Amino acid sequence: MHKLLVDEPGKKMLLLGNEAIARGAIEAGVAFASTYPGTPSSEISLNFFQIAPQSDLYFEYSTNEKVALEVAAAAANSGLRSMCVMKHVGMNVAADALMTLAYVGVKGSLVILTADDPFMFSSQNEQDNRYYGKLSGLPVLEPSSVEEAKEMVGYAFDLSEELGEPVIFRTTTRINHSTEIVSFGEIRKPETGGKFVKDPLNYVTVPAVSRKLHVRLLENQKRAGQIAEKSPWNFINGEKSASWGIICNGVSFGYVSDAVMDLDIEEKVKILRIGFSHPMPKALVQDFLKGCDRVLVAEEGEPYMEEAVKAAAQEAGMTLPISGKGEEYFSRLSEFNPSLVRQVVATFFGVEIEKPEPLDLSDVPEIPQRPPNLCAGCSHRATFYAVKTAAEGMDTVYPTDIGCYTLGFLPPLSMGDFLICMGSSTGSAGGFAVATKQKVISFIGDSTFFHSGIPGLVNAVFNNHDFTLVILDNGTTAMTGHQPHPGVDMKAMNFEGYGQVSIEAVVKALGVGHVTTIKPYNVKKSIEAVKEAIAFPGVSVVISKEPCVLFAKGLGKKRGKPFTVTSKCKNHRDCINALGCPAFYTEGDAVKIDPDACTGCSVCAQICPEHAISPVKE
Amino acid sequence: MSTDITRLIIVAVGGQGNLLTSRVIGEAALMADVPIRMSEIHGMAQRGGVVESALVFGDAKSSIIADGEADLLVGFEPSETLRALNKCSSKTEVITNTAPTPPFTVAIGRGTYPDLEAAKALIRKKTAKLIAFDAAKLAREAGNIMSVNMVLLGAVMQTRKLPLTTEAVREAIRTRTKASFVETNLKAFQLGYDAAANA
Repeated sequence: MHKLLVDEPGKKMLLLGNEAIARGAIEAGVAFASTYPGTPSSEISLNFFQIAPQSDLYFEYSTNEKVALEVAAAAANSGLRSMCVMKHVGMNVAADALMTLAYVGVKGSLVILTADDPFMFSSQNEQDNRYYGKLSGLPVLEPSSVEEAKEMVGYAFDLSEELGEPVIFRTTTRINHSTEIVSFGEIRKPETGGKFVKDPLNYVTVPAVSRKLHVRLLENQKRAGQIAEKSPWNFINGEKSASWGIICNGVSFGYVSDAVMDLDIEEKVKILRIGFSHPMPKALVQDFLKGCDRVLVAEEGEPYMEEAVKAAAQEAGMTLPISGKGEEYFSRLSEFNPSLVRQVVATFFGVEIEKPEPLDLSDVPEIPQRPPNLCAGCSHRATFYAVKTAAEGMDTVYPTDIGCYTLGFLPPLSMGDFLICMGSSTGSAGGFAVATKQKVISFIGDSTFFHSGIPGLVNAVFNNHDFTLVILDNGTTAMTGHQPHPGVDMKAMNFEGYGQVSIEAVVKALGVGHVTTIKPYNVKKSIEAVKEAIAFPGVSVVISKEPCVLFAKGLGKKRGKPFTVTSKCKNHRDCINALGCPAFYTEGDAVKIDPDACTGCSVCAQICPEHAISPVKE
Repeated sequence: MSTDITRLIIVAVGGQGNLLTSRVIGEAALMADVPIRMSEIHGMAQRGGVVESALVFGDAKSSIIADGEADLLVGFEPSETLRALNKCSSKTEVITNTAPTPPFTVAIGRGTYPDLEAAKALIRKKTAKLIAFDAAKLAREAGNIMSVNMVLLGAVMQTRKLPLTTEAVREAIRTRTKASFVETNLKAFQLGYDAAANA
C-alpha cells in the first residue's frame, strides 16, 4: 500500500511538504485531481498518480493548467471533492478559466493549489499569486509549516463547500520542499459517481447570466471575509498588552517567531499570523493595530498584506507607523531567511542585536561554477549540435522553451536566445521571422508542445511565417521528474486505458509544408535533414526523436557500451569544446571519458576529426 | 540565538545521495522523538547541479539555515565544502570528503579546481574544527562506491553534535535504506565513524 494511504490515525511520519499536502487531500476525501506538473508542486501530483490505482481517487495529468482546471471545475460541479495542482506560473495559463469559474462557483468542492517560488529556484519569475485571490475574488489560504499544510488542505475543501466557490491554496517552495514529522488523521472515504444537474441560467456565462453571477460572487466574497475575521487560521500570538506588532504569513511566521525568541523580546511583541489571507480580515487587523505603537509586516514577495493593513488603518483613522517593504526593511526580491528577518525586526523596533562576525572569505580562491548541465548522452545535446552545424555561417535567432533543453542556452552549445513562458518558442519564432531578416530556428520539447506550443504553430501556418521548429521528443516530461504526456506510449509503461497522440500526425494535420523526423544520435543524417528543413521557405518542422537517457535508465533499459579516447587523439578537443558532455574530463593535457557516466550515444565519436574515440574493448 | 537548537548543512553534487542521508537522519529523529525540520533544494539535482540540505533540530520554527549559522557543515565534495563556507562561523565544525568530483566547467577550461591542501588549510583556519578524509576510498572498502553518503553520516555521528544516538541512526539505516544495501551501508557508516575519530 502507498504510504500516504495508511489508515492509522495518530501515526507519525516524516513527510515532505508535498506529501503532507497530498495526505491532507486524501484525509479530506478528495475524489478527483488534475495537474500539469511544475516545480515546486510536482510531488503532490506524483503521489496522486501513484495512489490513484490503489484507491477511489481519479487522477490525471492534463495537457496544461487551463485544461486541468476545466476538468476539475466540471468534476466539482458534478458534486465531487476535486483538486487542481499547479506551479505559480501555471495559474497564468489557467487564469481564463479561473476568473469566470469564480462567477459560476462549485457544487462539490474545489481546491486550487498554486506553488509559488520566491528566489526562483526553478522558475522564470517570482510572481506572488495571492493577487489571484484579489483578482478573482476567491478565498486564499496559506500554511506556515508542513504539518499545518496537511491540516489546512482539509479545511480548504470544507471552506469551498461552505462558500460554493473554489479555494486557492497558496504554498511557497519552502513549504513544498521542507520535511517535517506529521501526524496522520482519519481518512474520509471519497464520494465518487458525480451527477451534473442542469441549470443553464447559472452555468452558461452569457452576459445576462454573468451579471447576476457577479453579484453572487461579491456576496460570497463578503461571506468569506466574515469567515476570515473569525478564522482560527488567523491568530494572535504573544502578550495582549504588547505594543510592538508584527503581521506575517507563510514561512515568515516561523522566521518571525524564531527572531522574537532569539532577540528576547517576547514580552514586547505580539504576532498576527494571517493564514486566511483573502479576503484580509479587516476588523481583526484594525483590532490588532489598536494596541500597537508600531507594526512591521513580514511577508515574502509583494506588499500584499502591507497594502491591506495600511488601508485598514486609514479607514480606522489610525496613524501609527506601519512598514514592510522598502529600502530600510524587507525586499520584494528573493526569499527570506531567519537571520534576515531577525535583523529587520531588530532594526524596526530598535533592539540591540549581537552581530555575529561573518567569516572573512576574501582569501578563498574562486571555485569553478557547477551549473546544471544536460546529462551525459542527452539526446538534446546531439540535436543542438546538428542544428548548430547545419546553420553554420547563418545569422540566426534560436527561440527556445521550458524544459531540460533550456539548459542548451549555456556554452558551449549556446543554443537558446529567447524565452518567456511555456510555448513561447512557437509564437515568438513567428514574430522574429517577420520582424527580422535573421534565420529563425526554434526549439520546443514534446510535453511543452502539447501544453501550449500547438496554437503558435497553427498561427505560423496561417500567417505563413518562415521558420523551422525543432521538436525535441524524448518521450517524457523530463525536467519535472518524468511525468507522462499525451504523446507517451503508456502501454509500454504498463499503464492501461490511455490514448496516444502522434506529434508527427498533429504537425502534418496542421498543414506544415515540410516535416521530417530525425534520430539525433545519427549526426550526419541529422545535419542533412536540418539543412533541408531550414532551406524550406515557410514553416518547417523537424521532430528529433530519442528517449531521455535518464528516463530510459530508470526504466531499466540497457545503456550502450561506453566509449574511450584512444591513442589516436591529437587533442583537437572538438568533443569537449563543441558538445560539453559531462562524461568528459581532463587529466593534465589528456582528454578522458568516464566509463560510468558515458551512455554510449557515440555522438563524440562521430565528430572526432581523428576518429580517436571508440567503444571500450571488453 | 537559542543554544538548544542544532543546525546542520549538507552539500553535495547531484547523485551523491545527500537526500537519502537527510532522510535517514530525519527518520532517526522521528524514532527518537526529537523535533526536526529539514529543507532541501534539488530542482536541478539530477542535472549535475549542487544539492543542499538544511536540518534544524530542536524547537525552532524555521526549516532553513542562514549564512554563518550552521553548527555543522558536511561536504560530500571538497570544492562544494569550500563553496558552502559562507554558512559557517568560527564556531562551526566541518566534515569533508577529500575525493574531488570536478565540475564540468573545469574540463572546458572555465575555471580551475582549487588546491586540496590549501582548501583544507583555509577551512581549518576559519572554523572550529575540520575532519577531512577520503570517503570514496572508504565507500569502496565497504563494497559500494555509492555509500559515500553513509561514510560521511558515520563521521557526523562521531562529532556527537546531533541530539541523536548512534544506535538510532544505525536503526534508521537498517529500516529505511534498501534491504540489499543495508549491510554495505552499515559497514560504510562504521568506517566513517572510525575515520572521523582519527582524522
